[in-house]
Amino acid sequence: MKVNKKGWLAFGGLAVASLVLAGCAGGGTAGETPAAESTTELTVWVDSERVDALKGAAEAYTEKTGVKVDLVGKDNNTIKDDFIQQVPTGRGPDVVMGAHDWLGELSTNGVVAPIELGDSAEGYLPVALQASTYEGTVYMLPYAVENIAVLRNADIIPEPVASFDDMIAQGKEAGLETPFVVEQGAEGNPYHLYPFQTAFGAPVFGTAADGSYDPTDLQLGSEGGFEFAEWLGAQGAAGNFNTDIDGQIAKDKFLAGEAAFWLTGPWNVGAAVDSGINVAIDTVPSPTDAPASPFAGVKGFFVSSESEDKVAANDFLVNYIGTEDVQLDLFEAGNVLPALTAAADTAAADPIVAGFQAVGAEAVPMPAIPAMGAVWQYWGVAEAAIINGDDPTTTWQKLVDDVTAAIQ
Amino acid sequence: MTDTLQASTGESTESPPPTPRQRSAARMADAAAGPLRWLVLKIALLAIVDAVAVYAVFVLFLHSEWLVLAGVVAVTILVNWIYFSRRHIPAKYLTPGIILLVVFQIFTLVYTGYIGFTNYGTGHNGSKDQAIASLMRSSLVRVEDSPTYDVAVVERFGELGLLVTDPTDGEASLGTNTQPLQPIDATMEDGKAVAVDDWTTLAFSDVLARSSDVEQLAVPASDDPNDGAIRTQDGQKGYLYTSTLVYDEAAGTMTDTATGVVYTDDGEGAFTSPEGEQLLPGWQVFVGFDNFVRAVTDASIRGPLLAVTAWTFVFAAISVASTFFLGLLLALVFQHKRMRFKNGYRILLILPYAFPAFLSALIWAGMMNESFGFINQVLLGGASVPWLTDPWLAKASVLIVNLWLGFPYMFLVCMGALQGIPEEVNEAAVVDGANPWQIFRRIKLPLLLVTVTPLLIASFAFNFNNFNLIYMLTGGGPRFTDVSLPVGHTDILISMVYKVAFTGQNRDYGLASAFTILIFIVVAAISIISFRKTKALEELN
Repeated sequence: MKVNKKGWLAFGGLAVASLVLAGCAGGGTAGETPAAESTTELTVWVDSERVDALKGAAEAYTEKTGVKVDLVGKDNNTIKDDFIQQVPTGRGPDVVMGAHDWLGELSTNGVVAPIELGDSAEGYLPVALQASTYEGTVYMLPYAVENIAVLRNADIIPEPVASFDDMIAQGKEAGLETPFVVEQGAEGNPYHLYPFQTAFGAPVFGTAADGSYDPTDLQLGSEGGFEFAEWLGAQGAAGNFNTDIDGQIAKDKFLAGEAAFWLTGPWNVGAAVDSGINVAIDTVPSPTDAPASPFAGVKGFFVSSESEDKVAANDFLVNYIGTEDVQLDLFEAGNVLPALTAAADTAAADPIVAGFQAVGAEAVPMPAIPAMGAVWQYWGVAEAAIINGDDPTTTWQKLVDDVTAAIQ
Repeated sequence: MTDTLQASTGESTESPPPTPRQRSAARMADAAAGPLRWLVLKIALLAIVDAVAVYAVFVLFLHSEWLVLAGVVAVTILVNWIYFSRRHIPAKYLTPGIILLVVFQIFTLVYTGYIGFTNYGTGHNGSKDQAIASLMRSSLVRVEDSPTYDVAVVERFGELGLLVTDPTDGEASLGTNTQPLQPIDATMEDGKAVAVDDWTTLAFSDVLARSSDVEQLAVPASDDPNDGAIRTQDGQKGYLYTSTLVYDEAAGTMTDTATGVVYTDDGEGAFTSPEGEQLLPGWQVFVGFDNFVRAVTDASIRGPLLAVTAWTFVFAAISVASTFFLGLLLALVFQHKRMRFKNGYRILLILPYAFPAFLSALIWAGMMNESFGFINQVLLGGASVPWLTDPWLAKASVLIVNLWLGFPYMFLVCMGALQGIPEEVNEAAVVDGANPWQIFRRIKLPLLLVTVTPLLIASFAFNFNNFNLIYMLTGGGPRFTDVSLPVGHTDILISMVYKVAFTGQNRDYGLASAFTILIFIVVAAISIISFRKTKALEELN
């Protein structure tokens, strides 16, 4: 009985305590809810490496409009999946930073809202604008354009080379066993081989009148595609392409001076410069007379379809991130070519950026259409098989058949 | 704690009522344990639990998560009741464990099971309302060559309107959702209409506060709906849009105004045209056993599923057998009395067990690289053996690496088990004239198996789902070249599930969950059958 009384006392005390706590919690939230001035808060998911780059822009925007911008750093590998899964539950952010090739997936899942760039659209690089558009609608505010180029070790080969064969020949003359390295791997890497494929006049898809990719027009199977396959098989046999070279091995070889040419993107330039290599940026040496166009990857910002502050989100993106100053701020943090033409021209004062800009002028946006998923699935495996000695014509034909079947 | 002591004194909390003697014993025990201190501790702990719960309730309340809120409240009340009551002693011990079990195991299981019966995946991600809103939004097309209008959002009696300035002639006009644009006299500022009589012009912060209303605002340009409507995304600039899709709420259909095709809800989670073309995004629906049926009937899935299942069994069985026999062999060797430097060897042998398995697998993958790997370059003098790219060699590589990773565990287990077998058994056998092989085969091995078999079964289940090894070593490759799923010759079921659900542009969480359920059933069935058989072994003792 004695203890029971204590129990009840304790329970009473606890009840009081929880009421007090509840009061506190209630008070706290009550203080926040009244919508007096601009209580709008934008949640922006950003690749965690770029949070600092955006911090200044976010603060300046808050100062200008009173809209609080909450930057959340997210792991680059999971940001897209998290976004797709959380938006339908209403818990996702208002704005997310991402790449244009997510567009098909984001749009198919209905998690992004269109963005109207209006007259400012003309200020962007054409490739950036094309990449931000999906089925005729703009969904992304572009801020950077990224593409691969050839990094040349200017201490070994001082001048740019004329063609692919010239590159290999000059490298061999300089006494290198593997003059040229490019990232492959057991399942191939079509992204890094694409410039050569386009040089044979075989893009993946044809383009419709408005410049968007047409999934019904598979150009992979054009005559140029087979010529490319033939060439790829010959180069594989000659050892110029090797599926055992993955990203790390390619990097090691270039940094060690065992290779003079490295086909890679701006993300690897820092490592090459840091290790003391005299790096020059060249266009991709073409195996034919036509230019070798790499894929361009465009980075930008999307507005969530379930955002309750779309007006603020659109204003923040179109009227703020889309200005030259902010684009230059982002460039300085990431060293990737800005998507706004004016900012890009300013940034090109740096010779390395200028080099990538020159290559980017030939680049084509990577298709974001869902049909591309079917292409990726078979493409690399087929290319790896050809490099490793499978018959180019039959393997390529099988690739075309598989992709055609998967798209339908 | 007081309760524990009572429990140990044998006092029953239910009837019959405690005898005076027992009561006095309880009082003494209470005094010894310092009942007040324990009580204070108990209250403090429960206060923390309740404080967290109250906080959670408020957060959930603000997010309108009623179901979870009800759950939290119910659990909190239950916990308080259990710990403030003087009875329910077993419950006091079991409650924390059960809560953790429910949160981390049962919920995951039930949720996975639920997903397996839906079409959740790319294109079927949210609710029907979200899909409709998204379709309507994306069907808006800006009228070609239409200008950019300066707009101001105005309000009267709670109704929003747009004050639009025509860029070509500088004329102001006003309209609402129901009232098409009409010319109006407005106060101009820098060539832009900013205010009009009877209407309040909203400041930017007010526009932000009514964000969703502004988003819904579509002011018809004229009485003819084909002329389009002016909309604004940022409250400052407006554009003329027409819509290519019309949603008929009563009929539940979407009509494409350009082609006239009517898309109906076919119950499969998307608006579908008579030709079978789907408008995406769709929405999540319950599809019953469709995913399971697909897994076993769709030829492009069934083929790889069968191959992968067969390899999973082979992989798990050989892995268990090879690691066990190598471990046992080494354990027997080390049991030998004349063996010297035993401890040094043992440390060396246990090393593979000490490294994180995924790291070891990565290193092995590097060593097995065809052109640059240590094995080909150094050990085989520059040979190019395709360790990871030939279907059969890749399988062998996976097994070899898993043997290297797994034998130390079996070695440890067998050493322990062998020491548990009494020496007399051995001596008796020797006296009876048995040779060493007979002793091992007929006596030691059966006795050993009694102890080790449950561990072998657990090891089988572990290898059955040994995702780390496959993912890090071969990534499932080399790929099957003739199937629609991106799976390969060394993929096991769990890595196949991963690929279906989390890689590529077309995810299918529903199908992946269905696979998961199938795997669960297989592993559970094997475990149950094996443990039944193990009981027979136990009778040996």
